[in-house]
Amino acid sequence: MAVFGPRANLFMTAALVGVFCVCVFLVAAIWVVPLVDYNSQQQFTPEQPIPFSHKHHVSGLGLDCRYCHTTVEESSNAGMPSTAICMTCHSQIWTNAAMLEPDRKSLAENTPIRWTRVYTLPDYVYFDHSIHIAKGVGCTECHGPIGDMAMTWKANNLYMSWCLSCHRDPAPHLRPKDQVFNPHWRRTDSTPSGDALLVQYHIKTEALSDCGICHR
Amino acid sequence: MATTLTNELPAGAPVVRPDVTLTTLSEDVSSRVLMRSAPLWWWIGFGLSFALLMVLIVQMAVLFIVGIGVWGVEIPVAWGLAIAEYVWWIALASGGTIVSALFFLTRSPWRSATNRIAESMLLSAAPCAGLMPIMHLGRPGFFYWLFPYSTVMGVWPQMRSPLWWDFICLLCYILMSIMYYYAGILPDLATVRDLATTKPKKIFYGILALGWRGSVAEWQNQRIVYAIMSAIMAPMVISVHSVVGLDYAAGLTPGWHDTQFPPYFFFGAVTSGTAVIVMLTILVRWGYGLQSVLTEYHFNAMAKVMLVGSLMLAYAYVWEAFGPLYSSDVAERTEFLHRAFGFTAPLFWSEKILTVIVPQLLWLPVVRGNQVLLFLISGGIIVGMWQERVVFTTASLEHNYMPSYWGNYFPTLWDWATLAGTIGLFLTLFFLFLRFAPIISLAEVREIIEDEKAK
Ligand code: HEC
Ligand code: HEC
Ligand code: HEC
Ligand code: HEC
Ligand code: HEC
Repeated sequence: MAVFGPRANLFMTAALVGVFCVCVFLVAAIWVVPLVDYNSQQQFTPEQPIPFSHKHHVSGLGLDCRYCHTTVEESSNAGMPSTAICMTCHSQIWTNAAMLEPDRKSLAENTPIRWTRVYTLPDYVYFDHSIHIAKGVGCTECHGPIGDMAMTWKANNLYMSWCLSCHRDPAPHLRPKDQVFNPHWRRTDSTPSGDALLVQYHIKTEALSDCGICHR
Repeated sequence: MATTLTNELPAGAPVVRPDVTLTTLSEDVSSRVLMRSAPLWWWIGFGLSFALLMVLIVQMAVLFIVGIGVWGVEIPVAWGLAIAEYVWWIALASGGTIVSALFFLTRSPWRSATNRIAESMLLSAAPCAGLMPIMHLGRPGFFYWLFPYSTVMGVWPQMRSPLWWDFICLLCYILMSIMYYYAGILPDLATVRDLATTKPKKIFYGILALGWRGSVAEWQNQRIVYAIMSAIMAPMVISVHSVVGLDYAAGLTPGWHDTQFPPYFFFGAVTSGTAVIVMLTILVRWGYGLQSVLTEYHFNAMAKVMLVGSLMLAYAYVWEAFGPLYSSDVAERTEFLHRAFGFTAPLFWSEKILTVIVPQLLWLPVVRGNQVLLFLISGGIIVGMWQERVVFTTASLEHNYMPSYWGNYFPTLWDWATLAGTIGLFLTLFFLFLRFAPIISLAEVREIIEDEKAK
């Protein structure tokens, strides 16, 4: 009773090699899958109730971030603009635009506009805008070229590894304080070096990647 | 070493009885695997074990849904039965490797017929051990964070922590054990394949045998691989269990922070691991009627290993008391007094009796030759080792540095369900090994038979 043909050994070897390859593939997948943009929602542009354009209002009209994100300097939350802020201009211009209908409705009914969050951290992470602004970390270091975004898209993955990549070595990400809100700032020859700024701002990197900084 | 053992035995006690021949051995052992229906005792044993396994499933479901609060663990005693049982199971498993790898290197003839039982036991106990810390994580779904993998978090596991070494050790140990088992059983699977009469069995064992033909080259390679793996496994098992000891020793808790822990744990592993092999060997011998293959010679040798183990434990126990009492550290001393005369005293003393005092009976050849007594003594050792693990895990936490932080540990029903359930898992796996793989190493016992003939 011959159960196995002469090629059985060949198949067996092939199967073992196959199993090995699958294992290698799975391990590689574990490393790669989180890095895929689909997973981290990087580059992802959510629908907004009003197609608000930073490109238009920031780069075009030259508005400062703090005009709308009023608490970014003193609070952990940057804060989203109230309807009243939009209405400082849109009660005068583009008053009939269909795009702005939710805005007017919100004002009439006294209910806030429900913007879709682009950046959110899990609740167990402690994040604070004010310290970053105070230490010369520009908005675009974290939020990407927001001055050129017609619709806001997520410019980084917000993984812990991303926070840490800066906390371990913040110097290259620092800029002079008066440039923090400038969406088009570039480092030039006359800018003080990152290390000089590090000293100037008294940033101590030793403890900056301790777990307790972000997980309190 | 082997010869001294032989000399002590009465003249008519060969390793394997002379009525066993090469063919009867192969047919006898293979027929247990190939028979159409398992004997009644197998079904009863398997059924009971499987019922216990269901207890584990229910317990795990409750644990994962409700959280580890269903166990008695709390502050201050955050390590309870589950961690103690982790150590206990891994010690039993280690015993399997000690018998099969260490005594392979010493060329002890008694190891040939018992090593498969030892390894099957090890492979059944290791998953029970591995489950314990995973259940204890609280968020078991994230156990993979233990892997050195940093794409998302950007941090590596704390590589200076014994808990992490422990994970790596256990992982390597289980993987190595599986390979070691397989390397040893390969020729036997080929024997079973050759003796199989039905097509499905031929295919099943044929695939497992990987086309083994028994050529000289194959045998030579197999022996070399096996010897190398034994040489790796023997020191490995010592390091695995020492690292388990370091989990405790690296903690600054009184009673744990002790340099003797790694060897102390290893002594426990030798003793309790051999004890469980003795118990299983007695049962397998009786169940499968293998009296000619598993002889007095084997029990005699294993009983001596247990005896040596219990003496080493006695030594460790002396130091367990001497250290705290001699030191001027008040916390160490109060902790020890709590351990020996406080809440855990009954466990503490019965553990010493079961693991050190009772095994001294093994000095008597009559006791070594009596399987009922051997069975009872081994059972006592295993229970005693369980108590020991529980005592040093909980007593230290109960009596930490701060008196305001003292409190006693009471296991809940679910703690006991965990114990019962893992015993179920262990026995279920062991019964499956018993049914589907030759439980005696045919290739090695054949060698013994040839040796005996040559004498
Ligand atoms: C005219 C008001 C206005 C100004 C000025 C403004 N923003 Fe916004 N910003 C908004 C509104 C409205 C949204 C919500 C819609 C969206 O996400 O596109 C928003 C969303 C964002 C978000 C996404 C928040 C989230 O997680 O959903 C970021 C980041 C942001 N702004 C950064 C900036 C920066 C940096 C500046 C300055 C360079 C700036 N904004 C200037 C009104 C403004
Ligand atoms: C400083 C005044 C000012 C404020 C404040 C302001 N806008 Fe505008 N917005 C403008 C002007 C000016 C235009 C039209 C410019 C053009 O089309 O040339 C405009 C255009 C728009 C448009 C038309 C689409 C587009 O981008 O061309 C939308 C939608 C809009 N704004 C939404 C908002 C919302 C929502 C807010 C509140 C968060 C807001 N704006 C706050 C001045 C402002
Ligand atoms: C160090 C990186 C970093 C910098 C610099 C930074 N942000 Fe953010 N921002 C974040 C993160 C992270 C979140 C998500 C916070 C959360 O979910 O709690 C966020 C959220 C926001 C939001 C959504 C609302 C909120 O507060 O959660 C706005 C608006 C915003 N940022 C605006 C700004 C502006 C304007 C600046 C510059 C003045 C700025 N950010 C600078 C990292 C940064
Ligand atoms: C581009 C660089 C950069 C990134 C990205 C960044 N940080 Fe920071 N962060 C800094 C700097 C610089 C400081 C200021 C350190 C100091 O106070 O000396 C800081 C400070 C902080 C502090 C306050 C530290 C303290 O001493 O209390 C927290 C909290 C914090 N960051 C959280 C986060 C989190 C969470 C993220 C990721 C979501 C993040 N940061 C990403 C640069 C960065
Ligand atoms: C600079 C800020 C920062 C520091 C410092 C930091 N973390 Fe995080 N951590 C985060 C952020 C942000 C996330 C959320 C990542 C995500 O959403 O994928 C996170 C997530 C985690 C998670 C995953 C939680 C979950 O349920 O998925 C763990 C675990 C964790 N951190 C552990 C640590 C440890 C351990 C340390 C110290 C070595 C540490 N973190 C230091 C920012 C930080």
